Amino acid sequence: MSDKPMTPKAKRTFNWRSWLNTIGPVLALMAVYGVFVLIAPPSFATARNMEMIARQTTIVGVAALGMTMVIISGGIDLSVGSIVALSTVVIAWLLRYTGVNPLTAAVGGVAAAAFFGLISGMLITRLRVVPFIVTLGMMLVVRGAAKGIGREQKIDVDPERLRWLEELLASLPKERSWMLLPPGVWVLIILAVGMAALLRYTRLGRHTFAIGSNEQTARLCGVAVERVKVLVYTMCGAFAGLAGLMQFSRLTVGDPTVAVGLELNVIAAVVIGGGSLGGGEGSILGTLVGALIMTVIASGCTQRGYPNWVQEIVTGAIIVLAVAVDRLRHRRTV
Amino acid sequence: MAERVDSDQSSIRLQMRDVCKRFGATVALEDVSIEVAAGQVLALVGENGAGKSTLMKVCSGAVKADSGRMWLDGTPYRPSNPLEARRAGVAMIYQELSLTPHLNVQENIMLGMEPATLGVVRWKQVRQRAIEAIKEFDNPELTPDTRVSNLSVGSQQLVEIARALAIGCRVLVLDEPTSSLTQQDVERLFEIIGRLKQQGKAIVYISHFIEEVKRVADRVTVLRDGRAVGNSDVDDITIDEIVALMVGRQVEELYPRSGRQPGEVILEIEDLAGAEKPKSASLELHRGEVLGIAGLVGAGRTELLRSLFGLEPVRRGRIRLGVYTGPASPVRRWMQGAGLLSEDRKEEGLAVSLSVADNVTLSKLKGFGPLGLVLPSRQDKATRRWLERLDIRCLGPRQSVSSLSGGNQQKVALARLLQHDVDVLLLDEPTRGIDVAAKALVYKLINALATGSPTEGRKPKAVLMVSSYLPELMGVCDRVAVMCRGRLGPTHRIDEVNEHSLMLEATGQEVSA
Repeated sequence: MSDKPMTPKAKRTFNWRSWLNTIGPVLALMAVYGVFVLIAPPSFATARNMEMIARQTTIVGVAALGMTMVIISGGIDLSVGSIVALSTVVIAWLLRYTGVNPLTAAVGGVAAAAFFGLISGMLITRLRVVPFIVTLGMMLVVRGAAKGIGREQKIDVDPERLRWLEELLASLPKERSWMLLPPGVWVLIILAVGMAALLRYTRLGRHTFAIGSNEQTARLCGVAVERVKVLVYTMCGAFAGLAGLMQFSRLTVGDPTVAVGLELNVIAAVVIGGGSLGGGEGSILGTLVGALIMTVIASGCTQRGYPNWVQEIVTGAIIVLAVAVDRLRHRRTV
Repeated sequence: MAERVDSDQSSIRLQMRDVCKRFGATVALEDVSIEVAAGQVLALVGENGAGKSTLMKVCSGAVKADSGRMWLDGTPYRPSNPLEARRAGVAMIYQELSLTPHLNVQENIMLGMEPATLGVVRWKQVRQRAIEAIKEFDNPELTPDTRVSNLSVGSQQLVEIARALAIGCRVLVLDEPTSSLTQQDVERLFEIIGRLKQQGKAIVYISHFIEEVKRVADRVTVLRDGRAVGNSDVDDITIDEIVALMVGRQVEELYPRSGRQPGEVILEIEDLAGAEKPKSASLELHRGEVLGIAGLVGAGRTELLRSLFGLEPVRRGRIRLGVYTGPASPVRRWMQGAGLLSEDRKEEGLAVSLSVADNVTLSKLKGFGPLGLVLPSRQDKATRRWLERLDIRCLGPRQSVSSLSGGNQQKVALARLLQHDVDVLLLDEPTRGIDVAAKALVYKLINALATGSPTEGRKPKAVLMVSSYLPELMGVCDRVAVMCRGRLGPTHRIDEVNEHSLMLEATGQEVSA
């Protein structure tokens, strides 16, 4: 009986807020893009350039899917850049020194990455050391492991053996233009949809939010906090491994020194997209938009002929601005 | 109802027998026994530190008793953590609500027990069960999709109760549930407690508002210093008798009061308004007096002190402190001779990882060495004086504050104001969470400060004190004003008011003149 009058009111408040939350970063992306359409040369607004932006976003984007989950849970993972490098090295090593096919090599790279994510998760939950410190340590450990496997050098792979690995992020050839986007970008899109659904509709996803929002409460209510956390870091590692696969596809060598500092771009993407380092907040759509904003700035600045340092200053300013706007919005609603 | 309880032993739902608990050297509980029947409300009353919360933490699995036994519906009950207790059907609603603010109402209610297929939550069922649980409350603010951070405190509490109901709890423990509620919410809560009673839940109600206890409870158990000192049907005991049991000593000697001589007005505010609270506050504080501010939690008392001290913005109004007018930053306020004792000792009042000496001297690191140097030996020397005078129990000035007891920590925080030698002391809940002995010392100290000592050349100070504990305000203050919903009422002489009239004013009811 009392349900009836309740429902419309519930609908209204719910929609308004979630609409504002998701639309904010999207508006920012459109604004940034619009500015560059105006000031950059005509080549900026072409379909070809859009494809390029999508390709360039993919590595950060894939890694950011896992990071979004970690940040929602109230944690952080600084080892992502190193894991990307490790993944490229493992893939190259498998291709070069064992007879495996590309798929097995790719799975091997991702599995190695997930393994290190698992280690991070175990250390965080078992030793009760804060994620910042554990993953800071892991950042060095993994980087070292990558260098060890590669004996401090890049691992070259016979181009014959690469096959589809080479094409993940390559610009589409004419005869396959029906795909619209390179396969790597599709992988990102499909994974993103999957992760968004996981966060929204599964116990794991909702428990991740609950832990980030109030860990004690989650524990009190029977959420297996430790298990969820281990899983979250393992997944973050796996996504970093996948980002490594993309990276390998672009480089076609295993490079233990690649992606230094990438974790900061990844974290920036999450934060621009509305993720809160305090936990409990963040969304996949926001994260992707955040990653896109950074690529659009980079692409626009390049085409406009701005030097690298301008790009960096603009990106830095956007990060701070995004979080400041977020804070403002919160002060008003709470 | 009373006959059913007495005649039918099998209806005893929760029984705790001879529970003992020590924390280090302090005895928190000593041979405490209680029992609650199904469909009964047992009130647990006692002063702060009497052991109410510890007892209930034992019952809800958060604390393990050293000895003693418990039964739930006749079967032995031994929870090793809160989760186990909840699964057994004992849910505790803490004073600080434990909700996940970022999630919505239905998610909070069903947290940790979401029905799911292969990990995918069955949202329809979640919604249904959540609506089932909140339906009873009949509160328009409570809808399944509302984010919990957007709810009022009263409604948030209902979400917690709904969660307890959704797991099918048999015993519901409410720890000071009304301390931060509006009068309306309190009424609503009482109504809900009545309904839960009818459904046969056993309810343990912790409170130090005795009038509430008389209204809502069937039986009452009084705790004092970790012992159960009384147990009775609510109808067979008067409020005065309960108070006597709670206090168990002469109240007079707890609150010394020497001949204070109010002097000139040293702090004057007129129509002060902050960002949200206070909405309007005016008062005059004289040298040599203690002015108390009563009111409910959330009425804006803390905000008043904080905006006076420059920790929160001042939107409107006039402030005069001594010869200085207008708002000022905390740095300025210290220089002008005012000091604030924060209600949040651990987070704000003290740098707990630093030493006692560092904390005492933090606000004025001057005069501890030549050329502006801060010599530890001189800090220690200055601090030792206060260790002695305030009877601060510690190994020495270099011991870290975090290892002190709550009472000693509070004395350290107070010592800072004394070391700084401020003229106006803004004290926010100065006795929160400290034991009776430490309280007595704080009261003695406040009295000594307000009186001054002409022989030792100490001028009387002015004290503005916020407290939620009315007996304390009645005992310590010369005058008292009540804050209600952000507005500070007129100042009354202490002999013109009583606890009852203050409470009425605090809850926004008209005081009959």
